[in-house]
Amino acid sequence: MAWIVRNLWLIPALPLLAGGIIALAKRSQRVLAASLAIGSMAVSFVLALIAFAHVLSLGYGEHAKEVANINWFQMGQVWVQVGWVLDPLTAVMLVMVTFVGSLIFIYSIGYMHDDENFTRFFCFLALFAAAMLGVVISNSLLLLFMCWEIMGLTSYLLIGFWFHKPSAAAAAKKAFIVTRIGDLGLFIGMAWLYAQTGTLLFFDAGKGCVEPSALSALVSHTTIFGWTLSTAIGLLIFCGAAGKSGQVPLHVWLPDAMEGPTPVSALIHAATMVAAGVFLIARVYPLMAAQVPSVLTPTLALQVVTWVGAITAVFASLIAVAQWDIKRILAYSTVAQLGYMMMGLGVGGVSIGMFHLITHAFFKALLFLGAGSVIHGCSGEQDIRHMGGLKKSMRVTWLVYTAGTLALCGVVPFAGFWSKDEILHSAFAFSLTRVPFYLGAFGALLTAFYMTRQYIYVFFGTTNRPAVHQDFKHEEPAAIEHGHHSPHESPAVMTVPLVVLSVFAVLLGFMGAPFWPWFQSFIEGAPVAFSAAPFMEALPLMAVSSMIVLVGIGLGWALYGRRPITSATAPDVLEAAQPQVFGVLNHAFYVDAFYKATFVRLNDWAAAISDWFDRWVWSGVVQVVSYSTLGFAWFDNFVDTNVVNGGFDEGCETVSRGGKLLSLLQNGRAQSYLRMIGLALIVLVVILLWEARA
Amino acid sequence: MSSFPCITLLTALPIVGAIVLLLLGGNKKLVRWTSFGFSLLILLMALAMWHQFDPASGALQFQERHAWIPALNIEYRVGVDGLGLLMVLLSAVVVPISMAASWKIEERVSLYFALMLLLQACLFGAFTALNFVHWFTFWELSLVPAFFLIKIWGGPKRTPAATQFLVYTMVGSVAMLLSFLAIYVATNKFDFVELAQMAQSGQLMPTVLSHISVGRITAHHLELLIFAGVFLGFAVKVPLIPFHTWLPATYSEAPTGTTILLTGAMSKMGVYGFLRILLPIFGIQMQQVLTPLLWLAVATVVLSTYAALAQKDLKRIFAYSSINHLGYCLLAIFAVAKCSGGDAGLIAEKYAAMNGVLLQMFNHGLTAATIFWFIALLEQRSGGLRGLNDFGGLRKVAPVFTGLMGVALFSSLGLPGLNGFIGEFLIFKGSFPLVKWATSISVIGLLVTAIVILGVIQRVFSGPLHEKWATFPDLTTGERVALVPVITLMFVLGLYPQLVLGVINSSVIQMVHQLKF
Repeated sequence: MAWIVRNLWLIPALPLLAGGIIALAKRSQRVLAASLAIGSMAVSFVLALIAFAHVLSLGYGEHAKEVANINWFQMGQVWVQVGWVLDPLTAVMLVMVTFVGSLIFIYSIGYMHDDENFTRFFCFLALFAAAMLGVVISNSLLLLFMCWEIMGLTSYLLIGFWFHKPSAAAAAKKAFIVTRIGDLGLFIGMAWLYAQTGTLLFFDAGKGCVEPSALSALVSHTTIFGWTLSTAIGLLIFCGAAGKSGQVPLHVWLPDAMEGPTPVSALIHAATMVAAGVFLIARVYPLMAAQVPSVLTPTLALQVVTWVGAITAVFASLIAVAQWDIKRILAYSTVAQLGYMMMGLGVGGVSIGMFHLITHAFFKALLFLGAGSVIHGCSGEQDIRHMGGLKKSMRVTWLVYTAGTLALCGVVPFAGFWSKDEILHSAFAFSLTRVPFYLGAFGALLTAFYMTRQYIYVFFGTTNRPAVHQDFKHEEPAAIEHGHHSPHESPAVMTVPLVVLSVFAVLLGFMGAPFWPWFQSFIEGAPVAFSAAPFMEALPLMAVSSMIVLVGIGLGWALYGRRPITSATAPDVLEAAQPQVFGVLNHAFYVDAFYKATFVRLNDWAAAISDWFDRWVWSGVVQVVSYSTLGFAWFDNFVDTNVVNGGFDEGCETVSRGGKLLSLLQNGRAQSYLRMIGLALIVLVVILLWEARA
Repeated sequence: MSSFPCITLLTALPIVGAIVLLLLGGNKKLVRWTSFGFSLLILLMALAMWHQFDPASGALQFQERHAWIPALNIEYRVGVDGLGLLMVLLSAVVVPISMAASWKIEERVSLYFALMLLLQACLFGAFTALNFVHWFTFWELSLVPAFFLIKIWGGPKRTPAATQFLVYTMVGSVAMLLSFLAIYVATNKFDFVELAQMAQSGQLMPTVLSHISVGRITAHHLELLIFAGVFLGFAVKVPLIPFHTWLPATYSEAPTGTTILLTGAMSKMGVYGFLRILLPIFGIQMQQVLTPLLWLAVATVVLSTYAALAQKDLKRIFAYSSINHLGYCLLAIFAVAKCSGGDAGLIAEKYAAMNGVLLQMFNHGLTAATIFWFIALLEQRSGGLRGLNDFGGLRKVAPVFTGLMGVALFSSLGLPGLNGFIGEFLIFKGSFPLVKWATSISVIGLLVTAIVILGVIQRVFSGPLHEKWATFPDLTTGERVALVPVITLMFVLGLYPQLVLGVINSSVIQMVHQLKF
């Protein structure tokens, strides 16, 4: 086994170690914290590159996965094993996470510069990286789940990083609980899978739980609703993925998660952690796709993934159209893009979904960090109505943001174009229905539209429209302390990572373009060839999707760009035209309000009822029993004193006099009792010993 | 098997300690350190036993057997297998924690700590005894120190709480005693091992029923009645809803150091009874009424966590949370009882569930004890306040306190990487294939527990700092030194559960194989 496979665990272990050391550091040891976190991440990046090179060196067509499994604990007659796996999927994710992570860590030095808990921030970031990398290399669903939950914890800690803000504390709690709802499905799915296959290792020389022999057993059994076991378990696992990746109806936590510092939004809630759900489905894809060989239609599990993804894509894009907060727009856009990835997995398989995951990670990290730079430059302002004309004062940020926007919109030849087009192409070819394709295309139109809207609001029009700094709620404390008043460009420590990311946002798509689908071949382990045929075949659809994007951008320009926006209080053009529709979208279809009125209230009722039952019913029964016992005792006592006792009283006098003497021994003090007992015991022991000798 | 009487010595040591403390009398500082020293000595001795214990064998070890009252066939017979040893270790770990949390007790200090050591002796006795009479003596005796600890040092409503605690548990015990007397009358046996063997071979109940008849009660009902008596004794102790009403009042009124002992170690006596006595001896009867039992377990898991959600007092919150955590144990025990017999396909699930139960018992003891310890520290700093809404934003002034208590809280929530997770996972992993619906409903408990615990963190530690607490002191060095080993243990057990599983696994295999009804 190659050195890198044996030591793959080092990749998550290094940030974990760094996080552990930083946790013990003092608040003032800022340089130590930042350098440890970034250093460990950089070394992990190098290791990830070595791993990547190793997988490449195995050559195409090599389908083998290299695994290392170790015994963890004993249970019954067997050892429960955990381990790690190195395959193309892992290698790609490792490189992406460590690279994007390193850049965001560096960026954070600038962004969090004035925060008093700078050290703690890097501790959490490092722990997050460790957990995420653990998810990526894990060869056991159990280990993956553990890292997955720890990742959830770091997300919780980072969303609530500014814990003194009640909104941040509430958002953190919400994120943890909403994702945990999905995780319970995953938890049960995991238990079930374990029970059926006897292992949670993904790959174990043919005995793993997503390898053919286990799968053929799973598809041959049916359970409730006539589903095959693989479908039922697959859907339960998908619950977890949907929670983590913000799919409808569990998407509500992700926009609120923007309460965290912006680097966190970029790293965790856009580029990496939220994509873990997509990654999980990619990892267990053989399970999701398993069916009896004679059936050719996609499995129910994959259909569900496709539909949920497609609906999420449109749903979130619609909401993004009517938001004011720069980070919220990007958050809803993330939800939508995750929907695309899920849809890609459903209709096209692992490589299609993963391609979008990777390109999205780069351009969305770029957009968020760009947004952070904007917020930083505007002294904590997040409302796009109060920005404007920033292209003059923030040149670098403006340029890179343009690249990110074009990539997200899916303009040729930016990264997002190629990956989104692959998804639409597969959706078009989906054998069951074409509705997901239409939804996806509509989503693309909306994406182009809302990004244009945001772009124009932020970078065009008059500079610094009258902002209400003081009473604006979403200000990030880190930025406030700066106290700058006119927009300014961010320091190099922030802009350099932006520039690096933007290069990828422009170029990365060529890795998977139809004329040279290297990425897809790499993931699937097939040889790649430079060929024009698939490209020509895909050309008409590309033309259509480009048209859609252009329409979206044109619409945005027509509504917002033709006349410069000069007032922060003027209603949005859409708002003026359709106030009701805009209101519904602005409130995100009132999903939060709906949940509050139903699930949250139900939960409160359940608590109140349980408490009431406890106080009145269960205790009540006990009270009734005890009072009836007391009543009986009182009656007994009454009979005794008045009927039975009369004649005895006389005789008892004598006894009681004797008793008074004896009662001196019983003075009611527990201490002296125990002391007596103790002394008596000693005496007893002595006597016994004496006798034993005799 | 060594001939050295380890267990007798271990049980005697706390009694000696208690006597020494009582003779010491007034010097508070001396008393505290002496008692703490004794508890550490006892811990060391328990660790030595752990070291000597042969983990490859599931049989009873360190056995001692002497005739006691031969006429009644009562023996002094003690010994531990993996389960017993685990409980001994847990008691040995929890007592120093509860003493540390009781450091600020100022009244009748020597008596307080002496009673704690006496309680520990009773726990050791109950976890090692193999003869009913001997075991029952310790089981009942343990109520006495617990009663006085609550009654003398408790909160404002201590008297009713202590009385309720004593009487309620006593009712369960009396029922149990009657059942065992019935069995004794018929079989002339008090020995758990022998009774279990009889039960496994299917002779126990027929023998009993051939000797005893009560009025017009049918044989079948009598059998269930005998079972119900024993069941009640344990169900009250664990507790199982609806036999739990004594618990919230007791846990919240007891001085927090005592609450630690009650929840950390004493509550395990109930689960221990289920495993050592009820399952091997009364498995068949358990199986006959399994469906209602399963629903009771599910109700315990779900209702208790919802009740915790409705509480405003931190001690009451974690009292209900304790019921919830032990509810999982009962769920798994009932699941194992459901599918007894030779179904080889399910044997792995039973191993998982039983290992999970044992692990959960230990981990709950450790975690709950630590959480209550933090509550005690909170009370000391706030002058007795412990309401959910009395605090806010403490993280700003007490980051280390928040961090370490956060670890304990997340351990209680079942976060992977900390001690709570593997036990819960094994319980669910094992129970799900055995009883699908009951287990699926029980996951609600996992969700609501998270809501409860995150709610506590949010209310107590997050948000703006309340002016009143601007000078809230963070943990002192001494407190940190005391807490760090416990917190470290949480991480160690979370990452390396083999430390515990290695000790119990062989015993679990043996226990599961003995269930042949």
